[in-house]
Amino acid sequence: MYTPSKQEAAKILRQMMEIRQFEDKIMELLAKNIAEGGSHLYAGMEAVAVGVISSLNSDDYITSTHRGHGHAIAKDGDLNALMAEILGKKTGVCKGKGGSLHLADLDKGNLGANGIVAGGLGIATGAALALKMQKSSKIVVCFFGDGALNNGITHECMNMASLWKLPVLYLCENNLYAMSVCINRACSVKDFRKRAAAYDMPADIVDGMDVLAVKEAAIKWINYVRSGNGPCLLVCNTYRYYGHSRSDPRVYRTKEEEKFYKERDPIPNFAKICIQNGWLTEQEVKDIESQVTKAIEEATDFAIKSPLPDPEELYSDLYV
Amino acid sequence: MREITYRQALNEALDEEMSRDEKVFLMGEDIAIYGGAYGVTAGLLNKYGEERVKDTPISEAAIVGTGLGAALLGFRPVVEIMYIDFIGLCMDQLNNQVAKIRYMFGGKCKVPLTIRTEGGAGRTLGAHHSQSLEAWLMHIPGIKVVMPATPADAKGLLKTSIREDNPIVFIEHKMLYNTKGPVPDGEYLTPIGVADIKKEGRDVTILTYSRMLLFSLQAAEILEKEGISVEVVDLRTLLPLDKQTIKKSVMKTNRVVIVEEDTKTAGAGAEIGMTVVEECFDYLDAPIKRVAGADVPMPKAPNLEKLAIPSVESIIEGVKEVLK
Repeated sequence: MYTPSKQEAAKILRQMMEIRQFEDKIMELLAKNIAEGGSHLYAGMEAVAVGVISSLNSDDYITSTHRGHGHAIAKDGDLNALMAEILGKKTGVCKGKGGSLHLADLDKGNLGANGIVAGGLGIATGAALALKMQKSSKIVVCFFGDGALNNGITHECMNMASLWKLPVLYLCENNLYAMSVCINRACSVKDFRKRAAAYDMPADIVDGMDVLAVKEAAIKWINYVRSGNGPCLLVCNTYRYYGHSRSDPRVYRTKEEEKFYKERDPIPNFAKICIQNGWLTEQEVKDIESQVTKAIEEATDFAIKSPLPDPEELYSDLYV
Repeated sequence: MREITYRQALNEALDEEMSRDEKVFLMGEDIAIYGGAYGVTAGLLNKYGEERVKDTPISEAAIVGTGLGAALLGFRPVVEIMYIDFIGLCMDQLNNQVAKIRYMFGGKCKVPLTIRTEGGAGRTLGAHHSQSLEAWLMHIPGIKVVMPATPADAKGLLKTSIREDNPIVFIEHKMLYNTKGPVPDGEYLTPIGVADIKKEGRDVTILTYSRMLLFSLQAAEILEKEGISVEVVDLRTLLPLDKQTIKKSVMKTNRVVIVEEDTKTAGAGAEIGMTVVEECFDYLDAPIKRVAGADVPMPKAPNLEKLAIPSVESIIEGVKEVLK
């Protein structure tokens, strides 16, 4: 098992709590119609984003997905600017023009969420090509869901990346459902690692509800990619606690299944391990939680009070 | 002035920009060893090496998508989609990613990406290798659509496209590669978004672009002998349209014929014509006439292929119609 330093353990716990509370808050804002439109929430999957991104250098790159709040927060995104963006406000990380589906922060190496399933594969692979041409030691982690495995560009990009030995880690977040369709009804190959064999690249699978397991695997495969060996595929088995989006009644899955995964909630489980191992005290865990609650309240307040973009913004930023 | 082909002009543009800026690299199907399906990239592999002249798998979506990723990190990729007919395979990347990413991200990135492709009929290649799909692309805010007709414009516009910090779809025409024309020696750039009056005239304005410029100039020459003075405006860029030049010409001649190779319904001409209506309706003395491609998939048979696109004769007819 990966053993974090006290500081590391605190950061992992704090980021996972930030994501959870951020998503719970968005759900609340959606229910109250303070947040308009929709949002795909990352709650339940925190161990994946945090386990992987905390194992990267801050100047490494990621591409994210339609369920991208967690990646943005883990990549040191500013909670205020992210919350404001989701509410379409001027102070948002994309000036209110992107929204939940397009959270991006290029200065922090987040090349963006995407409204198209598998939409980030090209960007990630191209960024990796650029890094290779620059002889850089940076790498790209390309997050995508199980649904993206069945999209054509995924095949095109994995082939190209393996052919050219590009520094990209393909990170499949398998949360069992592509909207409502279970992987058993969508994927001819049940063990996703076999997909990588088609491109002659290595693959691994890990329990995505266990942040230390994710971290251990991430470190191993990030090192592999950074060492110039080419791409690899890491599958994280995980679960989203909310539905696909706000209007989803979740008729395609059972209460028993939801209960099963909620018992494996990565956050209380990690907190417990931290206390058991003496990495954090019970009080420290509580303190982190209340600090996070405060930060989320502040971000919410900031976002709600922020103005909408100026009307002139309609036509700006289209062309350089 | 020296005369070179459209193909050579494009090749010079690529060569000069690659030599000027090491951030420029080329990527596409059969562009390296083979030199491009139409020979535009010939010789560049030997000069610049595999790193900067990359043959790719047949993966159009990945070609455009990786071009975008590399552009975001500061490169100036020039990617090639061999036939515009294949653009459907990368349309999501083009429409949803390349065109929108700067706007969606609040202006926090640039996409200096050039997508070279080639279209048009004339080689009896049938329905999957002969289309003119520029109207699809004109409907995408966030990109620019450039369609040069002459060797000089091809070179100057390609160089400008490569230096642009915006994504450009640069559409060549398969029947123009062997055409020759004067091309200045040395460095020059041709501005994007600026039309060029290729022939001045008084009685009618022809608004056209790409290969149809050549047909239109032939028609104008014949009409001149009959005492009809035709002004031929080469639009050169379809997105954005040069409304000023269009307006100036229409205000002078008061009559408009649009000559376009693409299929007529919801084609480029519909947008061009409506621009004329919006900008200078009061100056029109006759309804606008479109001489356009037939609304059919491109047929193989050479006689049918010719019938499916404008001809010098149909352009002459069109001009006479607006003069009635």
